[in-house]
Amino acid sequence: MATATPIATTRSAAGMPTGRLAIWWVVASEIVIFGGLLASYIMHRLAHDAWSVQAANTNTWIGAFNTLVLLTSSLFAVLGHKAADEGDGPKAALMLRLTALGGFVFLTVKAWEWTTEISHGYTITSNTFWSFYYTAAGLHALHVLAGAIVLLIVAAAAKKNLHMNRVELIGIYWHFVDVVWIFLFPLLYIAK
Amino acid sequence: MAEAHTEEHTHHGNYLKIWAILVVLLVVSVIGPFFGIKVVTLITAFGIAVIKAYMVAVNFMHINGAPRYVLYLVTTCLLFMLLFFAGVAPDVMKDSGAGWDKTSEWQTAHEVGGGHAAEGDHH
Repeated sequence: MATATPIATTRSAAGMPTGRLAIWWVVASEIVIFGGLLASYIMHRLAHDAWSVQAANTNTWIGAFNTLVLLTSSLFAVLGHKAADEGDGPKAALMLRLTALGGFVFLTVKAWEWTTEISHGYTITSNTFWSFYYTAAGLHALHVLAGAIVLLIVAAAAKKNLHMNRVELIGIYWHFVDVVWIFLFPLLYIAK
Repeated sequence: MAEAHTEEHTHHGNYLKIWAILVVLLVVSVIGPFFGIKVVTLITAFGIAVIKAYMVAVNFMHINGAPRYVLYLVTTCLLFMLLFFAGVAPDVMKDSGAGWDKTSEWQTAHEVGGGHAAEGDHH
């Protein structure tokens, strides 16, 4: 039935709605994915002093700007959650769209940054530092892209006051993507 | 509506204030390296990253409002990351250990094996 409420909204056998449990499960599995990648980066970075020479070529200001963009988008995401709790679907939708806008700004800046770096000869095959750089930042960027698309889908429903519980769920995912960048930023842009 | 029976509403704090603190911490982490002191850079970069991540998890993700087992689930995954690091790091960061060492042939193969990799390391 098209109007039936999804079981993820109503079922609460685990002490919270199943949908929220599922998103925390996603976050936990993502911790292993990104955690393994970052741990690998850290151990190689500590073992190879030469990497600091390579890291010096990343642009701290661009990284800082993108951090600001993601932090701000997280603010909009949690304001969307608040609006959804208050039953204000249109406002929640607006906040989610602003969150997605932050994601697209992040990706645009990242695309420009990568274009500059590649044009200077720093590609994914240049050396192991740049391999890690493009892999970690690229995997993160894919998560930003996926999150931004889902944000827009959830926003479209929220505007009609439908599936309001999903506003919080996509918010949790988005905050996690923010947290990953919070660690990527010092690793790739500050520790030189 | 059935949703209302299971969806407890989150306590919402002053998110703008949290965001402002996060931005201030970001500025500090960017300024840190300008002092040119390694310890200061490490603290302002990674110490502040941990604080920022904690603030986002608690204030934006509301992890404290989730059932206790969610915290255990997330913590377990973080511990697995540390276990992975502890298990693999000696192979990467040390030249020798109990019953093994990185021979010069291994070093050469490792460094040159990547082709561009070795060239890139000396850019």
